[in-house]
Amino acid sequence: MITITVNGQQHDVDAEPNMPLLWVIRDILGLTGTKYGCGAAQCGACTVHLNGEAVRSCVTKINRAAGQNIVTIEGLSAHNNHPLQLAWNEMNVPQCGYCQSGQLMSAAVLLRENPNPTDQDIDDAMSGNICRCGTYQRIRSAIHKAAEMQTEGAKI
Amino acid sequence: MALIAGIITLSFRAEKAPANNYPTLPKDSAGSAKAFMSVYKVLMSPRCMNCHPSGNAPLQGDDSHIHTMNVTRGVDGKGIYSERCSNCHQAENAAGLHMPPGNPKWGLPPANMRMVFQGRTPRQLALQLLDPKQNGGRTKAQLIDHMANDDLVGWAWHPGDGRTLPPMSRPAFAAQVRLWIAKGAYAPSAKTK
Repeated sequence: MITITVNGQQHDVDAEPNMPLLWVIRDILGLTGTKYGCGAAQCGACTVHLNGEAVRSCVTKINRAAGQNIVTIEGLSAHNNHPLQLAWNEMNVPQCGYCQSGQLMSAAVLLRENPNPTDQDIDDAMSGNICRCGTYQRIRSAIHKAAEMQTEGAKI
Repeated sequence: MALIAGIITLSFRAEKAPANNYPTLPKDSAGSAKAFMSVYKVLMSPRCMNCHPSGNAPLQGDDSHIHTMNVTRGVDGKGIYSERCSNCHQAENAAGLHMPPGNPKWGLPPANMRMVFQGRTPRQLALQLLDPKQNGGRTKAQLIDHMANDDLVGWAWHPGDGRTLPPMSRPAFAAQVRLWIAKGAYAPSAKTK
């Protein structure tokens, strides 16, 4: 058994130590908001937070997460009201939506560490998250919007 | 800020080698420089140079192209924001072609000690390696220890699927480093390429 904490809840998981964290999150815990994209840490669809860092869960083995704190898209906020989620809604960022949970988890790390990012900061932080629909311009706009909302403490 | 820089520098220098204990031979500038040229060929191989780039982005592959995904060095050499090295690079290589290689210490030299290999001539790189202000504060003995025993340096000889190895074995490389320093740690002449 491997014990992990996901979105504040502790789970004892019966899994091989080499199983990707993504498999555990989706197939064992049933949290399917995190997506499988490439399986090679090249697309960012599977991004979750491991102790606050935006790890690619498809190449992160469950034994690295043992005893650690994981946050998935389902746990990013209590009521889907993280400034990024509000801004994403307001600006209709997603098209197909497949990459968007990973985009949000990466953007959340950016905004935590840099409350007022420039376009360059956004490019530096977000280039590891690929969107085949090409919603990059809206992603960038929404991150700026979320930064404003975060600064104003705005929460609906 | 100074404290943070100090901690980063110290953590980078945390190696166990005795500071002033290394073998010596009679001084031999030609033999020393010749040994360094073997060392240089290894250091300029993609497995070493890709993480000692002239810019602030790591390099990838045997053609040393700039790392995809706009990855940047960051203050501590471990990336920034959601693009920290260890977000993709695990403690060990992921199996398969084009999968992320890994090591517990994966990263570039820190921003305040960039230790650039890319573009350096043999003479420039030799002088840089010997200068504690540019080599992470290492004595010659610590330099030998780093080349011969450091775990992240050793990754170059276990780079995972699809990556070529440096042009000689690690023991042979370490022997050339020792020979270079034992014979006087001479830098090749400026004309040497």
